[in-house]
Amino acid sequence: MKRREFIQQTSATAALITLGGLGLQSFTSGSKTTKITILHTNDVHSHIDAFGPEDGRNPNQGGVARRASLIQNLRNENPNTLLLDAGDIFQGTPYFNYYGGELEFKLMSMLKYDAATIGNHDFDNGVNGLLAQLPHAKFDFLSANYDFSNTVLDAYVKPYKVFKKDGIKIGVFGLGVELNGLVDKNLYKETKYLDPIEIAQDMSRILKEKEKCDLVICLSHLGYHYKNFTEKVSDLNLAKATKDIDLIIGGHTHTFLPKPTIAKNSIGENVLVNQVGCYGINLGKIDFYFDADKNKAAKGTSILV
Amino acid sequence: MKFKHLFLIVFALCIYSCKQENLSLTKIEGKQININDSLEINQEIEDFVKPYRDHVNKNLDSVISYAVDTYSKSDGDYNTAIGNLFADAVIEASSKVLQKRTGHDVDMVLLNHGGIRAIISKGDITTRTAYEIMPFENSLVVAEMKGKTIQDSLIKYLSKAKRAHPIAGLKLTLDKDFNAIKASINNQPIEADKTYYVATNDYLYHGGDRMTFFQTNDSLHVLNYKVRNALLDYFLKTDTINPVIDDRFIQLK
Repeated sequence: MKRREFIQQTSATAALITLGGLGLQSFTSGSKTTKITILHTNDVHSHIDAFGPEDGRNPNQGGVARRASLIQNLRNENPNTLLLDAGDIFQGTPYFNYYGGELEFKLMSMLKYDAATIGNHDFDNGVNGLLAQLPHAKFDFLSANYDFSNTVLDAYVKPYKVFKKDGIKIGVFGLGVELNGLVDKNLYKETKYLDPIEIAQDMSRILKEKEKCDLVICLSHLGYHYKNFTEKVSDLNLAKATKDIDLIIGGHTHTFLPKPTIAKNSIGENVLVNQVGCYGINLGKIDFYFDADKNKAAKGTSILV
Repeated sequence: MKFKHLFLIVFALCIYSCKQENLSLTKIEGKQININDSLEINQEIEDFVKPYRDHVNKNLDSVISYAVDTYSKSDGDYNTAIGNLFADAVIEASSKVLQKRTGHDVDMVLLNHGGIRAIISKGDITTRTAYEIMPFENSLVVAEMKGKTIQDSLIKYLSKAKRAHPIAGLKLTLDKDFNAIKASINNQPIEADKTYYVATNDYLYHGGDRMTFFQTNDSLHVLNYKVRNALLDYFLKTDTINPVIDDRFIQLK
């Protein structure tokens, strides 16, 4: 018995000694906290220019040139930043009618968006209209529950993408709203809508277990919550029915939240759900702090909203 | 003894380095930042947008017609000059497409009063005017409806709505108690069994403004013709507009 223990110990020690150098390296560089910043917009609806001073509802708000300078400042503060959009990029000002989304995608590329999901209005010029504008987008379109395999968009849209920032793996997947009854069939053609809850369960498992992501983010265009149809699939219902998702970035319902919502997932853990209204009036900013200090880690995750 | 010490040190180091590879999420901070005029403008973005903006504005500001007066949807009880213009433009545009497709004319139009989003100001009418009146991307549809459905639901709706919902083709007279006492389509009495071609927009067809009666019809024609384009086409071919309040929808006091 004693002898067996000794062998185990010595072999373990030998292995550890060879790893010693590596361990020390991470010791010296690893005592810091790693901060990941997620910036997000939704339902910008072609609002490129700011609302004028005379606007009845949103005077002097929005505007892509201001958003650009804000994002640049935030990136300067923390280079470990992802910029995401939760869909409905298209439709709402004559820029879309005149240019079909070209300017929206070019500007988002200049702002260095990392990924977007597809909203119902992004079908407003049909799957062909969206395809035609994709060369102007230097970022990825993510949608896990639209099956585009029988459309021209096949292979242009990915279900998810894994980003790596300062050693932290961030998995982002997209979800879209049911198109039937909302968008003309002639526009979305053979796009198949798959159950978002089931897909989200698959996605979070793949991203957490297979891809070993430290953070899982869902970019959703399902809508925040439907108070007259409480059973309808929404971000709040999605949060409840899934696990291993850290953040749901929503859109579609143009919901202005006073602050991000802390919801509980299927195993009682916290999920953050956020949406920032519409028309580029607000930018969402969620900071995730990762720590090597086991004392801090033992206290669990604190959420400040 | 010495060996045991070394072991402990290395073991502790191992735990630490394992921990390194598994960084823990300890804190999340979430907020939203308002984009407003307190923020600087990124000049590169501004310069990039400018030629697009100039082109759009030049095009939107091109003069396509002339208004002899100012027309607002609040001028009139059950029909307004601007609403009549809107409905007349729609019946003309939708009839043209339906004629080509089916050989039928559109018999009547029903739009909603709330759908007129701006006034027409006296003077030059530009492309922008059409965008202001109709900022939404709704398209025209034609529903085939039986005369009986029109009488039982559409006319009933209009009698009780107390609003100047724009109509064309249909003529309706209410008494002082909001009962429909006279209704005609194309100046003929409505026949219960006859099929009428009723144009509206896809928003109303799907039950917008509580117009739940369109979907009981037998057949739907999706025209792929934007409501705004119907207005634009009307302005483009009309040198001077001079719409009036008429007797298409009135109440006897």
